Amino acid sequence: MADLEFQIPKYREYPEVPALQPGAMAHSRPHVASEKIQEALGFQGKLDDDWQATHDKAIAKFGELLGKYRSLKVFMDACVHCGSCTDKCHYFIGTSDPKNMPVARQELMRSVYRRYFTLAGKLFPGLVGAKDLTRELLDEWYSYFWQCSECRRCSVFCPYGIDTAEVTMAARHILDTVGYGQKYSNEIIGKVFKIGNNLGLPGPALEDTLQGLEEDVKEDTGVDVKYPLDAQGAEVLLVTPSADFFAEPHIESLIGYGKVFHAAGISWTFSSYASEAGNFGLFDGSYETMRKVALRIRQAALELGVKRIVVGECGHAWRVAYAFWNTLNGIGAGANDPFAIELQKQLDPRYPQPSHICEFTWDLIQQGRLKFDKEANDHRVITFHDSCNVARASRMGGYPGGQFDIPRNIIKAVANNFVEMAPETIREVTFCCGGGGGILTDELIEARVKGAFPRMEALQQVVEKHGVNFMATICAICKAQFTKVLPYYGFNMRLVGGVHQLVSTAIRLGNEH
Amino acid sequence: MTTFFAILFYLAFAILVVGLAYKIYDFARTPAPLSIPTTPAPTTTTGVAFRMAREVVLFESLFKGNLWIWLFGWMFHMGLFLVLIRHLRYFVSDVPAWLVFIQPFGKYAAFMMVAGLGGLWARRFLVERIRYITTPSDHLWLALLIGIGITGAGMTFVSHVDVVAVKIFFLGLMRFDIQPLPEHPALYIHLILVALLMILFPFSKLLHAPGVFFSPTRNQADTPREKRHLAPWAAQIEKS
Repeated sequence: MADLEFQIPKYREYPEVPALQPGAMAHSRPHVASEKIQEALGFQGKLDDDWQATHDKAIAKFGELLGKYRSLKVFMDACVHCGSCTDKCHYFIGTSDPKNMPVARQELMRSVYRRYFTLAGKLFPGLVGAKDLTRELLDEWYSYFWQCSECRRCSVFCPYGIDTAEVTMAARHILDTVGYGQKYSNEIIGKVFKIGNNLGLPGPALEDTLQGLEEDVKEDTGVDVKYPLDAQGAEVLLVTPSADFFAEPHIESLIGYGKVFHAAGISWTFSSYASEAGNFGLFDGSYETMRKVALRIRQAALELGVKRIVVGECGHAWRVAYAFWNTLNGIGAGANDPFAIELQKQLDPRYPQPSHICEFTWDLIQQGRLKFDKEANDHRVITFHDSCNVARASRMGGYPGGQFDIPRNIIKAVANNFVEMAPETIREVTFCCGGGGGILTDELIEARVKGAFPRMEALQQVVEKHGVNFMATICAICKAQFTKVLPYYGFNMRLVGGVHQLVSTAIRLGNEH
Repeated sequence: MTTFFAILFYLAFAILVVGLAYKIYDFARTPAPLSIPTTPAPTTTTGVAFRMAREVVLFESLFKGNLWIWLFGWMFHMGLFLVLIRHLRYFVSDVPAWLVFIQPFGKYAAFMMVAGLGGLWARRFLVERIRYITTPSDHLWLALLIGIGITGAGMTFVSHVDVVAVKIFFLGLMRFDIQPLPEHPALYIHLILVALLMILFPFSKLLHAPGVFFSPTRNQADTPREKRHLAPWAAQIEKS
């Protein structure tokens, strides 16, 4: 890290709120999407040369979104600047930049809302903090709305439930519309449209990878665990983030998924057409993009004739699957329209659709259909990092909070050494890894490292106190982000891994069941 | 002066009612196309009603967020609530027993209200983060509310006004029969500030009051897998 251009925050003795450093992160900007990337998504290629044209399009889009999203409309009106959210964002805690306080981030957009859409802002802009949309302000949007990971932590503490994620999505959507898109996210969405997954892995490459995996597992365990692709008539379609197919440590969990299916004797398959659980359409909140990505899973499910749809370890993917799929592509229940009924009559109503892989595994464990050698994980002292979108935007199991208990239950069923991090950093109030929501790109490394600070601080405490050497998590972005940032804080990058990696280590594959 | 205040209050009342009705209609007609409750969230409508009640009565989220803001904010709002209830006596000819019972609480609640506002205002100066996000209008609102509280408490505890005459004035207003308003500087200031609050309410951050009930992160049940959630404009996309 000799060439580091920024300082890593220092661990605090007491959790003091940092003093403000205005402009500390004003320089942080992701790469702008090229015309080709933008146009593949149906957005304008680049900013108009004429500022007035950009200005008018931005305001028009803003107005359109205000009419389409109650969240945005209420959140623009309801804030009283009480300050409850000001010290809750991991990017603020890590960077001290006041514009990373949730309310100040929202205010970048709210000031424009007031100026163009409220009487008070039209008449007395200075009094109520209303601002004209200028090129400089739009640049600030680009900078600071790409320093939000849409983790919803601020929304927990807001007396009106204002969720900055909704504001960030709207701002990014406007930026996309005027030709000011972010390269990382939009390039990836283009790959999904064209090939079917975020990494652009075509079907044959996927097949090769899975074959290699079968050989590795056979060599490792002596058992023929299958990793099927496009298996017609399988019981379960598993949709997982494409990083699981090749990235470390993601692939260890993918190996674990296959072992669970094998041990339970349930037929399953991946789809080469829908080989991605992630849905980056969430990051700019574009309903059409999100729907188009989600429809691939609908089509794969219909074609393969599966009865159940299970989603692999991924945070925002699980949010979209759990909370939005029923709306976007009809995977769910309770529909009365032909579009959704077509799919819903095919799916087995005895199971929640979609199910999280942790719900699936935990259900099997409770039925006694999986056996484990827990001692196989004895070399590990494990803690669990709640991924933000799983924690605050979704659920698992039949009761609120199941999303916290089920992964922990699995860990405790497959391993002996489990400890929790500080209560103010887990479950409902968990800190984001610092790389979620479209931030996981190299040029934003400073925001990523600093944004990881609160989590690293909590991790440091359990490493010191309990000798934790494995932080389990159920999100592809968390895994990639921690692998990258752990070394900045002096940890081994292999300290992070998946819950099904632990399952994989301990599961019995023989004929015990 | 009586005519001035009569017109002022008819105007203020009309703006408050029409303005608020329009904003509520506007919130209500705007669809929430996706299921976005902040989880863990209740899975039943009853559960949502309880969550909303805790939010509105106890300020649950604020309590989790910051104890000082919660303390001052809750003192102010509960004080204001009691004071408002007490003021009902100016608008009904026969004061019911429960309103008589509430009278002393309502009187002293003014102190709680002003103290809470003072605490909130102090934070706007003393806490760097809050100073940073404070706009001039935030200060003016606090000044306005404290002004209302102090003039009101002043008339109760220091320089009395002919409350019977005030009551006759307001009862008269309600029957379009204008009666003389007593001459009293504190009363004039009090009423002008109250009218100003009523007029500005629908155009300001005071919209947090109706807004909270429409906040999708708080008013939605967590049932996306069990129910299909489709906005009219989103259903249109499906047809194309």
